[in-house]
Parts: sequence; C-alpha cells; structure tokens
Amino acid sequence: MTTITIAGPAGAEKVKAPPLRPQNRQLAILAVLLLIAIPLPLVLPPAQGAVAVRILIFLLMAVGWNIMSGFGGMFSFGHAAYFGLGAYTSAYLLVKHDVSPWIGMVAGTAVAAAAAVLIGYFSFRYKLQGAYFALATFAFAEMLRLIVTSSDFTNKAVGFSVPLIQDSSLWMIQFPADSPAYFWVALVLAGAAVAISIVFLHSRAGKYVSAIRDDELAAASLGAPVIRHKLVTVALSAAITAVAGAFYTQYYLFVNPELGFGSAVSIQAIVPVVIGGIGTIWGPVVGAIIVGALTDVTATMLRTPPEFLSFLQGRSGLDVVLYAVLLILIVRLLPKGIVGTIAARWRR
Amino acid sequence: MSIVEVSGVGKSFRGLHALSDVEFEVAEGEILGIIGPNGAGKTTLFNVVSGALTPDTGRVRFAGQDVTGRSPDRIARAGMVRTFQLMRPFASMTVLENVALAAQHHRFGRRKLREHALDVVERVGLGPWAHRPAPELPTAGLKRLELARTLATTPKVLLLDEVLAGLVPAEREPVLDLLALLREQEGVTLLFIEHIMAAVMRLADRVLVLDQGRVLAVGSPQEVTSDARVIDAYLGEEPTHADA
Amino acid sequence: MTNTTHGAPLAPEVSPPQTKTKAGGGFLGRAGIVGGVLVIAIVIALLRSGSGLVVWQSVVTGILTGGLYGLIAMGLTLIFGVLDIVNFAHGALLAVAMFISFGMVSATGMHPYLTLVIAIPALFLIGAAVHRGLLSGSGGKSLENQLLITLGLSLLLENGLLMFFGAEPKAIALPGDFQFPLLGAVVAGSRLYAFLGAIALGALLYWLLRRTRLGTAIRAVAANGPGAELVGINVRRIHTLTFAIGTACAGAAAALAGPLVTVTPTLGEQFNITAFVVVVLGGMGNVVGALVGGLLIGLVEQLTTIYLGGQSSLLGVFVVFILVLFLRPQGLFGRKTA
Repeated sequence: MTTITIAGPAGAEKVKAPPLRPQNRQLAILAVLLLIAIPLPLVLPPAQGAVAVRILIFLLMAVGWNIMSGFGGMFSFGHAAYFGLGAYTSAYLLVKHDVSPWIGMVAGTAVAAAAAVLIGYFSFRYKLQGAYFALATFAFAEMLRLIVTSSDFTNKAVGFSVPLIQDSSLWMIQFPADSPAYFWVALVLAGAAVAISIVFLHSRAGKYVSAIRDDELAAASLGAPVIRHKLVTVALSAAITAVAGAFYTQYYLFVNPELGFGSAVSIQAIVPVVIGGIGTIWGPVVGAIIVGALTDVTATMLRTPPEFLSFLQGRSGLDVVLYAVLLILIVRLLPKGIVGTIAARWRR
Repeated sequence: MSIVEVSGVGKSFRGLHALSDVEFEVAEGEILGIIGPNGAGKTTLFNVVSGALTPDTGRVRFAGQDVTGRSPDRIARAGMVRTFQLMRPFASMTVLENVALAAQHHRFGRRKLREHALDVVERVGLGPWAHRPAPELPTAGLKRLELARTLATTPKVLLLDEVLAGLVPAEREPVLDLLALLREQEGVTLLFIEHIMAAVMRLADRVLVLDQGRVLAVGSPQEVTSDARVIDAYLGEEPTHADA
Repeated sequence: MTNTTHGAPLAPEVSPPQTKTKAGGGFLGRAGIVGGVLVIAIVIALLRSGSGLVVWQSVVTGILTGGLYGLIAMGLTLIFGVLDIVNFAHGALLAVAMFISFGMVSATGMHPYLTLVIAIPALFLIGAAVHRGLLSGSGGKSLENQLLITLGLSLLLENGLLMFFGAEPKAIALPGDFQFPLLGAVVAGSRLYAFLGAIALGALLYWLLRRTRLGTAIRAVAANGPGAELVGINVRRIHTLTFAIGTACAGAAAALAGPLVTVTPTLGEQFNITAFVVVVLGGMGNVVGALVGGLLIGLVEQLTTIYLGGQSSLLGVFVVFILVLFLRPQGLFGRKTA
C-alpha cells in the first residue's frame, strides 16, 4: 500500500517514549515526597506543625476538586457540599452513635459520592455546562448549608462537637493537641489521594475522562461512554473531598454549617489548584503548600503587625486578600498555573 | 443485507427544515458518496445517523437494530463511527494517545493496545508524529489523525465528512487508496460526504444527492452526474472534473 | 474547553443548555404558568399562616424588595448579555458601593440617597477599570479564566472591606423614615423609596438601551460582536462601557438599599446569589426579564418565610433556581439556542 508519510516536525528525531511509564515515575516521586514528609512534625515547632496539617487538608480538597474540574473539565463552585457531607456524616455517626471516625469517613465518602452522582446525573442529562453548571453546584452547596442550619437532625447552627477522650486513639482519630499523629494520619490520607489521582489519570477510564474533557462529542463519536465516565469522575472527586471533611472534623474537634458547607470551603478547594495548575498531578500539591504557608504567614502578621499596618491588628481577611490577588495574577499571567507552565516549557 | 437503513428521517431547527423525508439503504461493504450544495443537510444527516442528533421523524437502523436517537457513544461502540469536518483532536494528548483512545473500547491489554494504535498511526502515514502533541500537527496531519482515530475503532461502517477537504491533490491519492483498501480487505462500509467530484466518481459505488434536506437522486455515479435535476441543483452545466 | 452539546453548532460556552422538553411555549403560556404558580403559592401561604393580612404584608414587602433585586440583576444581566461574562464580583461591588455610601454619610452626615450621586459614578469608574484591567485581553477570554478572575475579585473586595472596616455591622439611617399603611400592610418608607428609585433607574436604563445611539450600539454588540465591529462600532469600548453601566447599577442599588439593611462586608454574597437566580430566571441577557424576575424572587423570598420560618427564605429562592436550571434554563424571557 502506498501512503505518503507526512514529514515529521522540523528538527525532531523520532521521539522515544520515556523508559519509565509516566504513571510509575509519578508514583515514585510521590513515594519520595512522602518519605521526606514523614519526619516533618518532629522537626517543626508546634505552630508550624499545625500549618503542615492544614496544608494536607487543603491538599486533600485540592486533589478532590482537581479530579472533577481539572481532569474532568467540569468546574465546580460548590465542593463544600461534599466536604460538608463528609464532615457531618462522620460527626453525626460519632456523636450520636459512637461510631469510629474511620467508619464515619467511609460512610461520608459514600454519602458524598451518592450526592455527586445524583447532582451529576441530572446536570448531564439536562446538559448543564460551563457557568450554568458551576452555578448549579454552588446552589446545591448553599442549599445543603441552609438545610443543615435549620434542621434539628444536624443540630441546626450549633453543629457537632467531637467528644473528647482521655488518651490517644488511632481508632477514634484523636490524639493530644500538637501530636504528630495527626500529621501522619493526614499524610497517609493525602498521599493515598494523590496516588489515586495518579493511577486514575493514567488508567483507561482516566484517558476517556481527559478525552471527554478535551472534546466531548469527538470522544463520544469514538465510543467513549460519556455519562458513565463523568459520573465516576464526580463520584471520585466527591469521595476524596469528603475524606478531607471527615478528617477536618476530627482535627478541629468541631464542625458547624458554615465550616462545613460555607462558600469559603469551596474556594479553599479551588484556589490552590488554580495557583498550582489545574489538571496537573502536582499542581494541587504546590498550590496547597503555597496557600497554606500564605495563610500562616498572614495570620502571624495579623497577630503582631508592623508599625504602619497596626490598624490591621486582629482583623481577619488579609490572607484571603493575598490569595485572591495571587489567584488573579496567576489566571492572567500564568493561566496554566505554576506546575502547568513549567510542564509546558519542559516539553519544548 | 443492508447494514444501514434510513427511513422517513426529518429534522427541523426552529422552523427550518434541515432534513425532510430522507430515505435510503446501504449494503454491507458498499461505498456511498453523498453530495449536494452547501446547506443541503449532509452533515445534519450524519449527525442523525451517528446519534449526535435525534430526528423529529423517521428511523435509523444499523445492522438490523433500531438505533434512532441512541447516544453517539453507544452507536460508535456498536461499530458505526464518523469523522468531523472541523478537526477535533484531543489537545492534551499525543497523536498516539489520540489513536489509542479510539481503540480502547476493544479492551485490549496495554501492550496490544499500543501496538494496534502504532500500527494505525503508521498506516495513515503519521509515524514520525506519534509522540508529538496532537495540536502540533499541520492541517493535513490533523485530517489523517481524524481518519486514524476512526480506523482504530475497527469500524463496520465509516461516516466520513469531507475527509479530503484541505488536502492538496497529491495528498488525496493515498487517502483514497486507503479507503478503497479498507473496503476490499476489511469489508468496511463507507458513507462519505464530498465536494471533490473526481474522488466521488472514483470511489463511490453509488451516489446520493441531497438538496435542501431532500434526497434528489440516488444511483451510480454516471447516472447521477447525468441527471438533469442534479446538474441543475449542484453540478452546473458541465460535470466538473476537479483535479484528480 | 471545547465542549459542545449534542451536535449543536459551536455555541458560546455560557449559552443556555438545550432542553428536551418544551416547558412553557408562547408568552401567554409562560405568563399563565407563572401566574398559576403564584396563585398556588399564595393560597398555600394563606393556609399556612391563616391570616390574609400576613400574606398581604409578604406580598407587598416582596414586590417592593423585588424592585431592588431587579435593578441589581439588570446590571448583571446586561454584562452577561453583551460581554458573555458571568460577573461573580457583582455582589462584592455592591458591598463596596454600600461602604462608600456609609462612609460618606458618617463623614459628612449627608442624606443617604444623595450618595447616589457619588456611588453611581464611583462604581462606573471602578467597573471600567476592572474590565480594562482584568477582563479584556487574552487572559480573560476563556470561560473558566473569566469565572476565576471575577471570583478572585469578589474575594479580594469582600475581604478588603473586612480588613479595613471590620466585621461589625453598620447602619445607615434614613432621616425622616416613616411607615405608612397600605390596605393593612405596613410599608417602610425606605423600602418604598428604594423600590421607586429602582424602577426609575430601571426605566432609565431601558430608555438608554432602546432610544439612544449608545444603547443601539450596545444591543448591536450583544447581538453580533463581529458584525458590529464591521460596521464601525468600537467593540472594546462598548464592552468597557457596558460593564461600567452594569456595575453602576449595582452602585445605585447599594445607595438605595443602604437604609434597608445592616451593612457588613459579606452583604455582597447574599445579594450576589439572589442576583444570579434572578438573572437565570429572567433569562441571561434580558433586561426586562431581570426586573420581572426580581419581583418574582422578592415574592418567593417572602412567601418562603411563611412556609418555613425565618432563616430559610433563601431556600425557596434556591428551589426556584434549581427548577429553572433544569426545566427552562433559558429563563422566562430567553430563547433556546439552536
């Protein structure tokens, strides 16, 4: 058969695929990062230790959001819904039924995933996309917040407090404040989340998801099962975010409607990913570290501000202002985020 | 046995009749050319047949099954696959990954999938580009990619929407050869929309002419090009011998 | 992201999704359905509260507040219709305007409504700056980027206000505020004035769009950007002007609403949500729809308070939102694409 081969790109040798599959390369990098992170709580002072835990919580939320909005291209402005469902499910089971928060966490992921599938199914069936979809997700999160605030079942605006126990208990995920155990539990959870995102992205399903995000109609025309994969994506995204919520409740020993379902939560899921790089594996990691560190630095500054900013003493809002500015700058100047831009340059 | 049957299909958009009472059959292994002036409804027809649009009236049958209004991905997995006029590569993936994705529904193992995809990529002449990001391809390359992806699905029926558009004459030959071979060696049925009459004359067993959403004529290329109504509506005074 | 819906020609990212049902055909049909739903809602409210007076009070308060919502939503829908931009920062800009108003009143003791003279131009200029600085140009073009930028802006403004003014609520008093009875319902003067002001400004906006050259240019750009450019309209200038007019509407609404609410930095969020629901209900891009939608949402809000009590007025609004998104996403006055 005669085919004319189209001349290759100028100056390019036939590019060989790298020896180590990208998936395994990334998992290896993750393993190294985890190893480096393990001794952290032992060398950091307690205040920074708390920041480290907070970073890991942000990371969980960011990975969760990234799966749906980055890999899947379905921008969610209401991820607080899943965070809150995870937090409240686990808190409710613990407070009312003495159920271990590990089981509560699993239950939370199930509830959140179910909610995501429900919302997703109707959204996809009615072809909600883009801004309409984002608004719908926001509306669901707000509705949940309002329902939870006015329902006795969930203690209305008061929320749930985790009952304190005397000793450390891994089974009940409770340790003395400042215990490194919190960090290690969070590290396992966050590490697992990143690992899942890596495996998912490179899996058959993940490839379908990327294709559907790139061009839904083309993907469908090549046999990609669209609705099924979108639903899997949102379910996975919700499940991981719910884990963040459940852990949050255990770490801060408390959750209420605003902390669980407030719009600030949705934003905390979004900002690190945008800064780090939407749709990348390491974007959420980089972004979570930046946002977490920023929050801490500004909190310190607000406690003891320098002379000319003394009016800021005790006021809140500076950290959000800073990362809002960062968000805008990144979107305007580095739309692919930090990791995304580096990756694009690398490939040249 | 007809592998594709279209009966009584009609589709309107806000009062505009894009398709009216379209009816035809395609035998297995046949090559059907679809021609007609711009706006005649050819792409709409493909949209309806491939499931991207649900017709207002009529039925589409594929391999004996009624597939009217089924989702495009189900129809594609069943073996009827289409290409698009506008090129739609998966921008975040390499050429090879684009093609491999199309073959995923076969459920090959990882190695076999890669081999299959690489084979298709070579066959359409995109070998040097296999590991480049798809958006880097020139226009002719993107067209081949479109074709490669559909080939990778190992289709029974291929709906090609102006697969030669944007190609210079020298680039068209290999594509036409490839399509002819597909039918000979693998028994693929082809429906193709085309404006380049020389290609239609050469490749098609039969030709269907659409005009203003209606079937104007169906028959062998010779019959159709000498049909007065067809000449009037589309071909002009002399049958065009667009560069071969 | 180049997602398109089932086979539709490449439609702009933010266009309303296609529906498979034909909910509410012609104008009379829609008016009938809306009217019918309202009647049912009022009947339920009557049954729930057992008092015609309570319901009447809700209706009056609802419609009067709705006028304000309409004004806010008009700005938002104008921005959407002409620039295809979903302005998440609309509520935050409104909050900024309200603080400007508050600032002027506390500094100079001027009459709150006089701050309109300051708030409108101020928000106009701020809007123009925001558009030129953040949204026009390549970075802001894609849908996601634009959503993120306006989200970032809303966070920035809201928390900026929080930082500088603190979270304690402030009040703007209307000198000579009064209450007058309207067939048994009690109407606060401030609410009535706000309503009248909103209607007046809304009418002014409508006149601007329909009867002036600028308005025609704006509508041309909304209908067909490239086409408008071809006939010599400076599209970028129109975009900036329209955005500025939109934010000026928020500024006006803020000055009018000042005496009605407790002024806090997070006030913007609440108005933001309501404004979006109104815009989707009325039809994205439709200014008349925004006003009608505003009135309806005002009613829904008040009636929901009767059904569910205090906190949950927003819940009813969200239910309407979800219903509209799924059943008739193009809103009452919008048209389905393709």
